[in-house]
Amino acid sequence: MANVVVVTSGKGGVGKTTSTAALGAALAQHGEKVVVIDFDVGLRNLDLVLGAERRVVFDLINVITGVAKLPQALIRDKRLENLHLLPASQTRDKDALTEDGVAKVIDELRTKFDWIICDSPAGIERGATLAMRHADAAIIVTNPEVSSVRDSDRIIGLLDSKTVKAENGERVEKHLLITRYHPSRAARGEMMTIEDVLEILSTPLLGIIPESEEVLRASNIGSPVTLSNALSAPARAYFDAARRLRGEVVPMIVPSENKGIFNKLFGRKAA
Amino acid sequence: MTLFKMFRRGSAPIARERLQILLAHERGARNQPDLLGILREEILAVISRHVPFEPDKVQIKLDRGKSVSTLEVDIEIPNGFGTALAKAS
Repeated sequence: MANVVVVTSGKGGVGKTTSTAALGAALAQHGEKVVVIDFDVGLRNLDLVLGAERRVVFDLINVITGVAKLPQALIRDKRLENLHLLPASQTRDKDALTEDGVAKVIDELRTKFDWIICDSPAGIERGATLAMRHADAAIIVTNPEVSSVRDSDRIIGLLDSKTVKAENGERVEKHLLITRYHPSRAARGEMMTIEDVLEILSTPLLGIIPESEEVLRASNIGSPVTLSNALSAPARAYFDAARRLRGEVVPMIVPSENKGIFNKLFGRKAA
Repeated sequence: MTLFKMFRRGSAPIARERLQILLAHERGARNQPDLLGILREEILAVISRHVPFEPDKVQIKLDRGKSVSTLEVDIEIPNGFGTALAKAS
């Protein structure tokens, strides 16, 4: 039974594409058959983050308009044979993204994959609403920062009203993924804590991804962080989140910075 | 939130407090029908029964104050009817 998951946030730049790549790869590394779809028509980037930017021939809109068949547009990852990408169009008009077209593509993908992960564009316009339209579950990517939390709340409202599941009286399973978390800043009261964000959004927590240079490095080299440095703190957090997504019970580790006494006393400004 | 608390605890508690107030308000408004839209339609329907006017010469504004809010309706009426209304009042 295929799972359709939307990775969404409302606000841009919080880590939707990075998280889509990392979670998609982590699930594929567990042996699951995964396709990640870029819904950001005109501003595609999932191909770049996955290092597949030079292999894009056909895209989602080509499939919807019948220019290409679905298997022609799917790009298989060179490192993980279970991971596939359906890229967004970079040039076409986003009006070509139709509700019926998206429904047909998702239906066809459901017969071929265990996980269909839809990377939503920022905002609440057509691309974003179509990305969440067919979702069974949603991952809401949030930074512990006021504008991101507010936009997440808005997106949660849309997930509860504008999805096929919501319209049929069912619920989209919602998961909160907190990214760019600075444990030391939270400890000093400079950044909202995990508890603050959970209390405000009252949505179950899927994972906490600490702020890390490894995430930037991964996108620089075009590799999901779970592949580029599987032992790094963000990679381990993504692996745990992927296992929770599969229904496993994994204890939540709140990232902490293991600092020596010297750093604790004098290292505050450096954080 | 006093300045003293701000220095002592950092700004995160302020962020949290502001969000809680804002989101309580936004969540309440989310499932409400568009009040201003409904008022506009009904007010215009009543007036148009008696006075002809152009729909795009109508401005409706809602100013939210702390204790009182004001609803401002500004309708431009052709001159003949304007004098009739003035006489009637």
